[in-house]
Order: sequence, then structure tokens, then C-alpha cells
Amino acid sequence: MKTSFLDFEQPIAELDAKIEELRYVQDDSALDISEEIDRLQEKNQAMTKDIYSKLTAWQISQVSRHPQRPYTLDYIQAMFTDFEELHGDRAYADDPAIVGGLARFEGEPVMVIGQQKGRDVKERQYRNFGMPRPEGYRKALRLYRMAEKFGLPIITLIDTPGAYPGIGAEERGQSEAIARNLYVMAELKTPIIGIIIGEGGSGGALALGVVDHLMMLQYSTYSVISPEGCASILWKSADKASLAAETLAITATRLKTMGLVDRIVAEPMGGAHRAPEVMVQTLRRALKDELARLTVKSKENLVAARFDRLMSYGQFKEVNIK
Amino acid sequence: MSSWLQKLLPPKINRNDGAAGRKTVPEGLWSKCPSCEAVLYRTDLESNSEVCPKCNYHNRISARARLNMLLDEEGRFEIGAEVQPIDPLKFKDSKRYADRLKSSQSDVGETDSLIVMQGSIKTLPVVIAAFEFKFMGGSMGSVVGERFVRGVMAAIEQKSPFICVAASGGARMQEGLFSLMQMAKTSAALTALSNAGLPYISVLTDPTMGGVSASFAMLGDVIVAEPQALIGFAGPRVIEQTVRETLPEGFQRSEFLLEHGAVDIIVDRREMRDRFVTILTSLMNKPAIS
Repeated sequence: MKTSFLDFEQPIAELDAKIEELRYVQDDSALDISEEIDRLQEKNQAMTKDIYSKLTAWQISQVSRHPQRPYTLDYIQAMFTDFEELHGDRAYADDPAIVGGLARFEGEPVMVIGQQKGRDVKERQYRNFGMPRPEGYRKALRLYRMAEKFGLPIITLIDTPGAYPGIGAEERGQSEAIARNLYVMAELKTPIIGIIIGEGGSGGALALGVVDHLMMLQYSTYSVISPEGCASILWKSADKASLAAETLAITATRLKTMGLVDRIVAEPMGGAHRAPEVMVQTLRRALKDELARLTVKSKENLVAARFDRLMSYGQFKEVNIK
Repeated sequence: MSSWLQKLLPPKINRNDGAAGRKTVPEGLWSKCPSCEAVLYRTDLESNSEVCPKCNYHNRISARARLNMLLDEEGRFEIGAEVQPIDPLKFKDSKRYADRLKSSQSDVGETDSLIVMQGSIKTLPVVIAAFEFKFMGGSMGSVVGERFVRGVMAAIEQKSPFICVAASGGARMQEGLFSLMQMAKTSAALTALSNAGLPYISVLTDPTMGGVSASFAMLGDVIVAEPQALIGFAGPRVIEQTVRETLPEGFQRSEFLLEHGAVDIIVDRREMRDRFVTILTSLMNKPAIS
């Protein structure tokens, strides 16, 4: 597939096009220009490295939403075996914006659940752009409880702009569905690992994000509100999204410093979509480490540690009150 | 978040944390009901728990007024007042968050948007948390989360029920992801209350939206709404923009939620003390208090 480039990657795109052109010329030319091609390719690498070494928060946010970025089902297919997708909330419907089911990771059975975005126009609509409705969260809840019952660790893959703001979603209790997941995940007696693979959009992400260990891919984001939403509310202009992204501290690096994320998983140069197989390898190793560390803990210790961790969230001061 | 509200409220209620509210309700003798436009004696309204005697419209009230209304006069003790906000992200839009906090503190006379008090209702010991909507739209940041948790822990310690009266636009975006995490923190604290076998009544008042609605507010053993309160996850304007449809009549109001099975009961503010004691003594298997 041809790589599609983001605005700030235009210099890379231009060089890429030039290399393509030379390759084409070389095919029916007596001259050997392979050295020139190699030189340009090196330059391309250096340029990508340079651009990616100083990405702004807003640029990272665009990479996190890149249309070619690997999605939940891509990771499930590449990292797990024996995936058996389970459907429905047993009350209303099956929400295609959340997928989940049984699978094996490194041979061991697990429950894997994540938001799913669509690749083309039709699938995007089908997946509702990865914006779940209450029945999606209730399906996740059902699978959390099933995992607990059968002693399976849970792995969540988080990638959503947020919970869907629709009439039906409100009628069927979007708030309650999210709240219930937060509550149940807090005391679930099985290890839970969360991985933010793209966009961690607010409460809609958190409903899969109450975990024992939270990883973020290097160019993913996690935020209480989208940079655009924040900009239009606080700056009264969506054009300030770049400034809002910076101010909101939504990147893996910032959140790691703030103690809200446990591990950053490095992405291949130019983002996960440039070399998905490399991304999968790196993520697999990280997941293997953390799963091994968590599965040896007793259920009691696990839940107690998760509770303490949840209680520790927040920054405030304590003053003497007379 | 405070400013979601600015989007979802009619402009006359919306501006500057109630400054406009004071204009329509001057220090004078009269007050006009925003719903039926009846001209009322200010003192009549006050003695009627800020409920319009003509049309039953429930005006928004402060956290302190709420606590005064619900709790017995004796034996009150504030919890978590020592917990106060900081500006962890050095957040600045048109104004610094630090300055917003300072001006809200001096305008409203509270240090943040949640007040927690232990006391009793008709001698039944309780802990009540009440939101101050005038403080940055009742938005939930780290202080709200921590005070909420301390309230829950106090309830567990003294084996009393916990009541929370919500009035909030949602998470406080000036605290970034710390504010989102308060949804998880408050919800988790309720697992401890539940494991101690203690009841939790969640009271939803106008408005209860966003991250507050999508966490502890919807987790009550019993969920009570005040009449006509706006309650929902996404604000009406956001939904309208997304679905490009006109919203149905009464959408996201208490009566709509009751009809859709999201709340247990709608209770008139003036009856809450009595009704809460009835519910709580039954849940705790205690003798009735008349």
C-alpha cells in the first residue's frame, strides 16, 4: 500500500516521490543511477528521523489518527492466535465499534477487547469511527466478567475519539454504561493490561482503561477532551487545536512524567504504520514482560494494588484549616 | 468541564458563574421565575427551598444551601476542606488556570466545587457531598475526586450511608488527564462503600453532565433526580451537531431519564429529607424514623 503522508511530512513525501521517479527512469535506462537512489534514500531516512525527533503534541495527535495506523483487529491478528470474537451485550445489540473475544497470547488464553475503527468509508461508518455506544461498553463489561470467572487476564486495546454523542446512546444510558465499567474494572479479580494504540479519547477510552498496567505507543495520545474540542471551548476557535494539544499534555512522554502511564512502547521511525511488523514485535515483547509480572500476583494483591493506584490519582495541596 | 456548559445552557443562565443570575435576582424584594415568569417575593422563594411556588421550577442552589437543607442543624463537620487545588499543568488559555481558581474562590467563597459534610438527617448519621455549580461549572478536578473519596472513607469508618448531590458540567479540562482519572478514582471508592454494605444515594440536579454523569453520579444504589434537571453524557448542542437532527422534546431531562429507566425516582427538593431517611433506614434495616 502506498504510504499517505501528513501535512508536516510533506518534505518526506516529496523526496519519496523523487526516489520513485528515479527508480522508474532507471528501469529503462543504460545509466546506473542506483548510487543516486541510495543517497536519496539515506537522506529520506535522516529527514524522517529529524522530523520525528521533534514532533509537536498536535503532530503526534495526527500520527495517532493516521488513516493507515494499525487498528485493534490488526494487532489481534498479528499478536494473538485462536481469536474467537464474541458479540453482543445480551440486552440490545452488538456494537461493531468495540470488538472482543477469547484469544491466545504466547500460547496462553486471554480476553482481548478494544475499540475498532474502520479503514475505508464503508467500514468507518460500520465501526462508527470507533465511537462506541452503550451496548459496546456493556459487551466489554460482559467479557470482563467472563474473563474474571475463568481466570483469564484481560488485554484492552484503546483507540477511540470518544464515546458516541448520539440520541440513542443517551436514551440507552451512555453515562451509566461507562460508569459501570469504571466501577467493575476497579475490583475485577484478574490482571488487566491496557494499551493505547492510537487515540485515547476521554471517558470513552477510560471505560477500557482502568487497568493494572497502562502502556502507550510512542505516538498515541490520551486526553480528557480532544484538542479541537478544547480549543473551540477555551480559545473559541478550533484553529488553536495545536496550542490546546500542547497545553493539555496528551502525549505519552508528558503523561509518563505525570505518573499516569506506566510504559511507553517505541514505534518504528515514522510511526507504527510505516513498519507494522516491527511495531508488533516490540509490542509483543512489552506485553509478554508485563503479563508475566502481573500473572504471578495473587488476586487479592492485584486488586488491592489497583485500588491504591486509583486512589493516588490527582494533584492537590493540603493546607491547615483553623 | 465548565465551558461545555456555556455551550449547552441558555445564555442568560450561563454567563460568568451566576453573575447574570444575580442580575435577574437582585438584592431587591422580587424575583422572576425563569420558567413560568411569575413574579415572586424573594423571601417566599427562599423559604420554599428555591422552588417556584407557582410552577414547581427548581432553581439552582449552592452547595452550602443544599447541605443546610438536608442536614440536621447539630453535629455537622466538614470533610476534606484542607484539600485545595493547584495548577499541575500550568494551564493557560485566555486566562491562567491559577487565576481562574483565585477569582472563582473569591467570587464564590469556596475553595473548589465540592463540599463534603458529615452530619445527620433526622438523627440518622450520613455523609453528604454537594457540588457547587458556581465554582467553574461544578467541574471535577483532583480536589473534587479527593474530597469525594475522603467523604466515602468517612462514611465507611462511621458505618453511615453516603449521599452525593451532583451539579456539574463534567471533568475540569484545565487539569488535563488528572481530571479524567477522577472518574476512575471516585467510581473505585464506591466499590469500598459497597463492600462495607453501606448505601449510596446519588442525587442528580441541574445539570449533571459529562465525566460526572459517566462516573459516580450513575452508580447510586438509588438514583434520585430533581424535577426537570438536565442530565446526560454529551451536551445537547454536541449531539445536535453530530446527528444533525432536532432533539426530541424534553430530551435529557429528569422525566426523560425516568421514562428510559436511567433513574429510580424524581423527588421534589422539599421532600428529600423525609424520602432519604425512609429509603436509607429500609436499606440499612433500621427502625423507621418519622
